[in-house]
Amino acid sequence: MPVSTPLLTPKFAVNSRVELAERATKIAVDSLDFYYGRTQALENISLDIPEQAVMAFIGPSGCGKTTLLRTLNRMNDVIPSTRVEGSVLIDGENIYAPGADVVELRRKVGMVFQKSNPFPKSIFDNVAYGLRINRLTSSKAELQERVEQALQDAALWSEVKDRLKSSALGLSGGQQQRLCIARALAIRPEVILMDEPASALDPIATSKIEELIVDLKKQYTIVIVTHNMQQAARVSDLTAFFLLGKLIEVSTTEKMFTAPNEKMTEDYITGRFG
Amino acid sequence: MRTLSRTDRSRRAVSALLTTLTALCTLLAISILAIILSYIAMRGVAAINFRFLIDSPRPVGEGGGIGNAIVGSAVLLLLSCIVGIPAGIGTGVYLSEFGGGYVGSIVRFLVDTLTGIPSIVTGVFVYAVVVLRMKHFSGLAGGIALALIMVPIVARTTEEMIRLVPHSLREGALALGAPQWRVTLGVVIPAAGSGIATGAMLAVARVSGETAPLLFTAFGSRFFPRNLNEPIASLTVQIYYYAISPYDEWHAQAWAATLVLMALILSINIAVRFLTRKKFG
Repeated sequence: MPVSTPLLTPKFAVNSRVELAERATKIAVDSLDFYYGRTQALENISLDIPEQAVMAFIGPSGCGKTTLLRTLNRMNDVIPSTRVEGSVLIDGENIYAPGADVVELRRKVGMVFQKSNPFPKSIFDNVAYGLRINRLTSSKAELQERVEQALQDAALWSEVKDRLKSSALGLSGGQQQRLCIARALAIRPEVILMDEPASALDPIATSKIEELIVDLKKQYTIVIVTHNMQQAARVSDLTAFFLLGKLIEVSTTEKMFTAPNEKMTEDYITGRFG
Repeated sequence: MRTLSRTDRSRRAVSALLTTLTALCTLLAISILAIILSYIAMRGVAAINFRFLIDSPRPVGEGGGIGNAIVGSAVLLLLSCIVGIPAGIGTGVYLSEFGGGYVGSIVRFLVDTLTGIPSIVTGVFVYAVVVLRMKHFSGLAGGIALALIMVPIVARTTEEMIRLVPHSLREGALALGAPQWRVTLGVVIPAAGSGIATGAMLAVARVSGETAPLLFTAFGSRFFPRNLNEPIASLTVQIYYYAISPYDEWHAQAWAATLVLMALILSINIAVRFLTRKKFG
């Protein structure tokens, strides 16, 4: 049965199809296979992500969306006996080429995790961590300025400006997650990967994070994994649907949620399985 | 309120019984400790005065004290910490961060074996390797013997504590472009800091009570230590010599020295607890 009315309505203004077609490709995934030991987790994935847009990965648990996200900053490198075939090009450079600099890559491709993971340090030191290890600032004043800017961009500044020296672990769950976003923003990456960034948060904190994502795409390319259909519909320009390690369909979010090409996509979005 | 069925009543009875049993076991363990401590305090406190704490030993009947042994013990402990704690922490970090492979499992087995070696064997080993070669007993040899006992304890507690640091913290730091060594040094070790310090403290408490490995390394002395190249006194060895002597005065001094030793260990414990209070925990 073809769907005529939108299944879910986008809440924020999203980029139209025409606009997106004009955007340069930021990330190009080409025939990517991924293995955990002998288990194949991703099969022949090819996908282009345009710059300054939000791409959502959706699909049932275990479909490989987080695995794919983690191949984009080579975070899977730390898991023993994993193997990648195919290529991922960011700005035209293969990040899996021999001799590619992983540290440089991760500086360019920031990441926010499912569970907030602030370091057991002060709020200030958490945000300053990336700046300090990468020696991105030349003076103390500049460091303070960059930390403040990052906290403001993550919409957290007004809540923490009077207690920058206190422990980050004393913040609420939603504040901790925004702190982790600020930490990722502080080093000014070009791409931000988000692995279900709001899955552990209440609706108010979630809507704050979502507003933030829409705001951030003016400057950054964002890839977000989510289990929440409404969230994908609200924040993303493009949506990719995965099932059992395969990319089933990718199109603009508008089209995906109104007239998906594949029956499986429609079934998943309307909650018939998954 | 509904009446209790039979199974409910028996469940409650079993629960109450087991709670009482565990409480009794705890009471037993604590009271043994309390009896030991109070007995030592009772026997030791009589001979303690200021002169006893700062004087060096004198012949029977002339008083004398354990000042040289206190200083000697402190020197030996300091020396063993300087050698043993860095080596132990380094081994522990290696085991937890890079010890996943074959070499790691061999090192882990060796460390476990080292933990099980009786301390007197460590003493004999240092005697053979250091004392015989230097041709005399020395504080240096004593410090090395104690350090050898500390290394495996510190290494294994460090490894365990670092393993408890959540993986998400490492990933968070890696995702910010931190190289592996900076993640370990700047995030993982500080996060495990108070646990590592507790491990080091346990090792210090353990070796500060050691006597056997010091008998034929540091040997003991009746004078204040001047350098590490000569025999050096320690509280435990002094207690041993006084306790096996036939003189009542020296027996009283042995009790007093025991009390001092326990007070020192207790204050090390409290000091480390205080210093490693969780600032961000």
